[in-house]
Amino acid sequence: MSAPEILQHATTATLGILIVAFLLGILRLIRGPTLADRILALDMITTLAVGFIAAIAVRTGFSLYLDIAISIGLLGFLSTSALARYLLRQAEKRQASEAQGEISQ
Amino acid sequence: MIAALSQYLAALLMVIGAVFSLLAAVGVLRLPDLYTRMHAASKAGAVGAGLVLLALALASGDGPVTLRAILGILFLLLTTPVGAHLLARAAYRAGHQPASITIIDDLQRETGKTPE
Repeated sequence: MSAPEILQHATTATLGILIVAFLLGILRLIRGPTLADRILALDMITTLAVGFIAAIAVRTGFSLYLDIAISIGLLGFLSTSALARYLLRQAEKRQASEAQGEISQ
Repeated sequence: MIAALSQYLAALLMVIGAVFSLLAAVGVLRLPDLYTRMHAASKAGAVGAGLVLLALALASGDGPVTLRAILGILFLLLTTPVGAHLLARAAYRAGHQPASITIIDDLQRETGKTPE
């Protein structure tokens, strides 16, 4: 087999393996059990999407897909840090309300 | 010759990256608590996507595309640990307990109290 053919088969295998990984990640996203687990699963799925789109870029030869992969990576980091911030804020609010409850008792 | 060689190498790296990504997904599904899952997702996940991007850099053989792919890898390696750290910190503050088989919790020893 020539090198381009092998590369083509490798992209097919990569896309197949990544689809299985996506399904496992979605299973964890559904199962939870907590919000933090879901945020983690979402973060992993965006990282997988970066790899998936990079494999598509190799397969089709369109280098424009690379820019899409990089911007999805950016978006994933931004959303993870925003959601972690939300989780932290929620915890702080709950602790503050608990402390207030103790004082009033 | 060089082009064919870099394509063979790219094919190999791409499949290895995909297997790393699959291992990350299996870890996220199977490991017992949030912190160990995070360890799987942020290490194996970043390496998996990074290897596929490296394969793209090798296979394209085009200067600007290679540069952008390498920049993407650097960005991924820079942001994934930061994101995982932010999430772990938020989860610990929110009171997520590590799994019962965890042997040592340094953060608890430092603050001297159990997280609420």
